[in-house]
Amino acid sequence: MIEVQNAIKTFDGNQVLKNVSAIFEAGKTNLIIGQSGSGKTVLMKSIVGIHRIDSGHILYDGRDITIMKRKQLNQLRREIGMLFQGSALFDSMTVLENVRFPLDMFSDETEDEKDRRARFCLERVELSHAVDLYPSEISGGMQKRAAIARAIVLNPKYLFCDEPNSGLDPKTSLLIDKLIQDITHEFNITTIINTHDMNSVMEIGENIIFINKGEKAWQGNSNEIYDTGCQPLEDFIFASELFKKIKHVHSSNK
Amino acid sequence: MNAIEKVGEYASLMYRTITKPDRWSIFWKQYVNEVKKQGIDSLWIVVIISTFIGAVITIQMVLNTENPLLPTYSTGLATRDTLLLEFSSSIMCLILAGKVGSNIASEIGTMRITEQIDALDIMGVNSANYLILPKITAFMTIIPCLVLVSMFVGIIGGYCVGIFTDIITVHDYEVGIQYAFIPFYVTYSVIKGIVFAFIISSVSSYYGYTVKGGALEVGKSSTDAVVNSSVLILLFNVMLTKLLLT
Ligand SMILES: Nc1ncnc2c1ncn2[C@@H]1O[C@H](COP(=O)(O)OP(=O)(O)OP(=O)(O)O)[C@@H](O)[C@H]1O
Ligand SMILES: [Mg+2]
Repeated sequence: MIEVQNAIKTFDGNQVLKNVSAIFEAGKTNLIIGQSGSGKTVLMKSIVGIHRIDSGHILYDGRDITIMKRKQLNQLRREIGMLFQGSALFDSMTVLENVRFPLDMFSDETEDEKDRRARFCLERVELSHAVDLYPSEISGGMQKRAAIARAIVLNPKYLFCDEPNSGLDPKTSLLIDKLIQDITHEFNITTIINTHDMNSVMEIGENIIFINKGEKAWQGNSNEIYDTGCQPLEDFIFASELFKKIKHVHSSNK
Repeated sequence: MNAIEKVGEYASLMYRTITKPDRWSIFWKQYVNEVKKQGIDSLWIVVIISTFIGAVITIQMVLNTENPLLPTYSTGLATRDTLLLEFSSSIMCLILAGKVGSNIASEIGTMRITEQIDALDIMGVNSANYLILPKITAFMTIIPCLVLVSMFVGIIGGYCVGIFTDIITVHDYEVGIQYAFIPFYVTYSVIKGIVFAFIISSVSSYYGYTVKGGALEVGKSSTDAVVNSSVLILLFNVMLTKLLLT
């Protein structure tokens, strides 16, 4: 479980996070949703400590990272996996080397064991056929999957995904979403996902936090999202004709 | 951002860079790779430039010292000392600042904007140490070789003038390059080279590591890296010369 308490973050006088508090539960896919520019990435990077928040606390199962020294922080980070908006695979390494990298860096297993573990993770994301290719030689969806394999190779307790399906077609998006959800349940991970894709919200929204202009405006799950009474959220969800129709059907079914 | 802030930021980056690597085996792998990339791949440019400059200096020396009062060995002597004192260290490093510096800055800068550095940090890797230390150590250890090669090849360049033209006789040149040879000049050049190598690799890494934005900024940072390391090389050249030769 990750707890954010009264987080405030300012960049050059521009307050991006305005007193955000939230709880992200273990074994669930926790979603952060909101418009582009609302501060989702900043919130996520603050939680993992890439940005240091100005005030407030961030607790990983009770461990406060805002007061940690760099060494302790690095220790904690070995329990964290992260999937970046642009995959962030290392260009100079093959897919297999990318996935092996955290093991090479931190694990004391034998070469054989590391290799087996890396290949197991690649199999889990169905990339066994592409192990020897470089990131530039595989498609965007495959890069995302390789990045997921790299993020889970050290058995993380916490998994962060920044827009895992940006730039992917709806079907591939769904596959990636399902993959993340399955892994989350399988290994009881505390997973936090940034997204503005309503499909993901409906499919895997077990705990949803809506950020509006740097403030938490609503929290709930995908069943509750139709009737929130929160105007900015309604504007966000029902921006498209499709979702207006879905809402219509949903309310007439009641 | 003003200059003092930049110096502070540079110093704190170097403080994080110059520590014990997380894994020696990975460090060595990176190190060997960098030696190959910065050293071996720079060899041809060093050889070509030094040969031609050695030849040109020799020709210029002959043309500009057509004075019967000057001894015949003066051309070889002047060529040798120009190469040993300045060309093979300072000028060679200015040229390498363009090649190696821009390469380092754009490589690290690209990793920054594509979040690869964030990915390293998230894993709990000391990204500065992992990325920058192998580059600095590799360049500093390979530069003495490049400097020595440049000296040697430059002198050969002058030799070729003696062999293939009648501007100067081989005998005069041979006498000249051996006349009043001061071995410390070689040491002096190598020391300068090592200092300049540190400047090039660390300053360029700094500019790459601190890029913000996109591809445009990466290009700009690699230009900044080359310009600023060149200026620093010139500055340190004066200081080191004062320190070592007077
Ligand atoms: N490093 C930074 N320095 C200054 N301002 C920043 C920085 N990072 C983000 N911001 C600002 O914070 C605000 C929120 O940005 P953020 O990247 O969190 O948006 P987002 O919700 O992730 O949007 P998107 O869905 O487009 O990814 C933006 O106005 C942005 O200009
Ligand atoms: Mg974002």
